[in-house]
Amino acid sequence: MTDASHPEAASPPASDNRLKRSIQAFAQPRLTLIPADSTASRALVIVIAIMTFLATLTGGSAMLIYQASQNWNSAISREMTIQVKPQLGRDIEADVRKAADIARMPGFADIRVFSREESSRLLEPWLGAGLDLSELPVPRLIVLKIDPGGRPDLAALREQLSKQVPNAALDDHHIWLERLSTMSRALVVVAVIILLLVLLAMVLAVAFATRGAMAGSREIIDVLHFVGAPNRFIAAEFQRHFLKLGLRGGLIGGGFALVVFYLAGLLTAWWIASPEASQVEALFGRFALGALGYLTIIVLSGAIALLTAAMSRSVVLRRLRRMN
Amino acid sequence: MVRFENVGLRYGMGTEVLKDISFSVEPQSFQFLTGPSGAGKTTLLRLILMSLKPTRGFISLFGQDASQLTKDDISAIRRRIGVVFQDFRLLDHLTTYENVALPLFVQGQEESTYRPQVVELLRWVGLGEHIHSYPPVLSGGEKQRAAIARALIVQPELLLADEPTGNVDPTLARRLLRLFMELNKSGTSVVIATHDLALMDQFEDARRFVLGDGRLHIYD
Repeated sequence: MTDASHPEAASPPASDNRLKRSIQAFAQPRLTLIPADSTASRALVIVIAIMTFLATLTGGSAMLIYQASQNWNSAISREMTIQVKPQLGRDIEADVRKAADIARMPGFADIRVFSREESSRLLEPWLGAGLDLSELPVPRLIVLKIDPGGRPDLAALREQLSKQVPNAALDDHHIWLERLSTMSRALVVVAVIILLLVLLAMVLAVAFATRGAMAGSREIIDVLHFVGAPNRFIAAEFQRHFLKLGLRGGLIGGGFALVVFYLAGLLTAWWIASPEASQVEALFGRFALGALGYLTIIVLSGAIALLTAAMSRSVVLRRLRRMN
Repeated sequence: MVRFENVGLRYGMGTEVLKDISFSVEPQSFQFLTGPSGAGKTTLLRLILMSLKPTRGFISLFGQDASQLTKDDISAIRRRIGVVFQDFRLLDHLTTYENVALPLFVQGQEESTYRPQVVELLRWVGLGEHIHSYPPVLSGGEKQRAAIARALIVQPELLLADEPTGNVDPTLARRLLRLFMELNKSGTSVVIATHDLALMDQFEDARRFVLGDGRLHIYD
């Protein structure tokens, strides 16, 4: 026995020292009061890993859809089309030239008139190649590229076209834009809902696992109470235990999602070189998540670990209050 | 230090297991708590430890009304009390050293400050060779000594021991009693619940609390 005097009853730490104490406590090697390697812990790591994988996969997919819709929007909103329909008694070539002349106004960077052959070629994917389309009333297209800094007077353009070329129509793609943005918004909302459901399922799994861990650690909790551990100390031990499990599960699930997105990016980049993939590329872009996407997956995995720890702390404190 | 006045306890709607218990434990005092099996010795110790609430009466601990204590107050008071449980209550996944150091760890002390103290105490109770052993491989007597070391490591103001010599041979029992007496001399109040009359006879100056039929009789 040492001759040290009786220790004074420790008072609760002052709030201004709490952060410092927490950092010191986390940094130093310490006793593991909640056994780490139980079957239940390992099962929970797997559950968290799967949930993290699903959550990050959903989040990443939402980001891909959002990026693709942004690309569609920007690509489509940078262009407009004048469609000149053939009409009996009118010279379509003259109408096309006139419409192009009208469109030569400030705000457009480039005007490209599609020739009859080019317009016919646009129909090949639907009608097949090698057909003689000369007898068909194929509309002619004039593609107008908008100057990035310019604002063309569309009302004046429409008015001039209706007066001078009544069989021409200006399509600014706003219906397409609206449909695309509605669709992409809906997909993102669905993805967010799935993400929230996955997180909810994970939170419930953690809550049940925490209760199970508490039931299995009842003797440990009793001993800790008898040696004077306050509830927040015990809750912090469980929080630390579940943070470790959450980090392990998050690392596995998030890491796997990162690998999946990376490999998917590589595969689509290779596949997109083939002609049949051009439609997919047009729709979904390059399936490349980008640095922000990868960062989001990492942050989401970390957030899931923190959520696991916070949830377990909350469950432990609530049950300890009942036990007391 | 500890004062009970007309304390009664019943479980649910049953009869009172403890009736009109009144006593006080003074600083630096030594008392044996005895009585037949099932008399309520462990229950009385649990009341002192505030793991049970009385159904009536007044309890004061370290000058504070027990009924007014918050959870944090209770934790703070428990840090001033050392407890030796009849069933040891050692944590099987911690080494003997870690079990004994547990109260100091809970108090937030750094290992470097308490390690020599813990090792010295373990050697003193004859567990120097078992510092890194886990409780499942210890004998009953070794577990008992580890449990006692855990209770003593904080040099408590009050020591509650429930049958502390129940699993040890008479020689070790005498040695442990001497340890409790030394602790008492250094200022710790001691309450030992025991059946062991021979043990009690070795310290005749100690007060005797005898529980029977739910009532407490005190022999100074």
